[in-house]
Amino acid sequence: MIRAENIVKSFDGRRVLDDVSVTFEQGKTNLIIGRSGSGKTVLMKCLVGLMPTDGGEVWYGDTCFSRLDFRQVKAVRQEMGMIFQGGALLDSSTVEENVRLPLDLFTDRSEADKRDRVDFCLERVALTDANRLYPSELSGGMIKRVAIARAIVMNPRFLFCDEPNSGLDPITSGVIDRLIAEITREYDITTVINTHDMNSVLEIGDKVVFLHEGRKWWEGSRHDIMTADNPELGDFVFASPMARRTRQPK
Amino acid sequence: MLKKFFGEIGRYFLLMGKVFSRPEKMRIYRRRVMVEMEAIGLGSIVITAIISVFIGAVVTLQMAINLDEGFIPQSLIGFATRETMILEFSSTVVALILAGKVGSSIASEIGTMRITEQIDALELMGVNSASYLILPKIVAGVFFFPFLCIMSILIGTAGGYMISAVTGVVMPGDFLEGLHLDFNTWSITYTLIKMAVFAFIITSVSSFYGYWARGNSLEVARSSTRAVVASSITVLVFNLILTQWLLI
Repeated sequence: MIRAENIVKSFDGRRVLDDVSVTFEQGKTNLIIGRSGSGKTVLMKCLVGLMPTDGGEVWYGDTCFSRLDFRQVKAVRQEMGMIFQGGALLDSSTVEENVRLPLDLFTDRSEADKRDRVDFCLERVALTDANRLYPSELSGGMIKRVAIARAIVMNPRFLFCDEPNSGLDPITSGVIDRLIAEITREYDITTVINTHDMNSVLEIGDKVVFLHEGRKWWEGSRHDIMTADNPELGDFVFASPMARRTRQPK
Repeated sequence: MLKKFFGEIGRYFLLMGKVFSRPEKMRIYRRRVMVEMEAIGLGSIVITAIISVFIGAVVTLQMAINLDEGFIPQSLIGFATRETMILEFSSTVVALILAGKVGSSIASEIGTMRITEQIDALELMGVNSASYLILPKIVAGVFFFPFLCIMSILIGTAGGYMISAVTGVVMPGDFLEGLHLDFNTWSITYTLIKMAVFAFIITSVSSFYGYWARGNSLEVARSSTRAVVASSITVLVFNLILTQWLLI
């Protein structure tokens, strides 16, 4: 479980996150949704410590992440996996090297053991025979799969995904969404996903948090979202003409 | 302006503190040093050789033209070419050229990693990204650049010998005699020390500008330019300091 308490973050005097408190539950896919510029990515970066907060605390289970020193932060981070918007694979490394990097740096496993683990993770994301390819030789969907494989290679307790569907077609997006949801349940991890893709929300949103103008505006599940009585959320959910047609009574 | 300047120096030393903290696994770092030696060092051999051979030849021609007096022994042309190559060209000028080639490459590589979140990804894995990315480059540069310096001295003097043999501005025998004249081995030690210091400056300053690149590809390009300018100026300042300290 991850708990954010009263998170405040400003840039040049402009408040981007305003007193955001939210709990992300273990074994569930927790989605943060909101318009572009609503503070989703900043909140996620504050959660993982890539951005310092101006106020508030982040808790990982019983550990207050915001009060840890450099070494303790490193230890907690080895229990995290993150899938970045663009994949963030190391350009100069092959698929295999990308996935095995954490194993090389933080474990004393044998070469054969590491190879087996890498192969297992790549098979788990349905990516075989790509071990020797470089990121520049992969499609968008493959890059996301490798990023997922790299994120789960150390058996993380916490998985963060920053817009995992951006730049993907609807079918590949669905595949990536289902993969993340399966992995979340399989390993009983706490998954936090930033998205503005309503298909993802309706397919895998066990818990949905809606951010608006830097504040938590609404939270619930994918089952509640279509009937929620919240104008800003309604505008967001039914923004597309197709969604609006489903909303209007015949 | 002054506040910004000292702020940058402070950030540079903070980054170096992170770079020289204990590496996660030495074996991985050794492998990365080898990769960087290939990229930074081997990749610079051709440009260094081409520039050295031409400069060696031009220095010989200039010396021959300017020392064209009956009372000055021709062997001084070889002597002057050797001293020019050892004392200044093969360390300082080659370092300035490498600041352009290697410095911009390092800054843009690390800068691109920054804006495409590859550095964030390393940090998220618990990796000390500064040490993982920058330390192997510094080690590779400090070990390999002195070899480039020695190679430049040899090729430059060979260039001088070739031009004397081809054009006859100086008798090759006199040129060779000049190369052996009054040779001081400390000059070699001095130039290698300089080159190692310059290698550290070029790799670390360029990495600093790349590491703190922000925004988009335009910002990466600006960081790359700033890296070349800053490392070139720092090389020139340290050239003066080291010459005063080691030779005077």
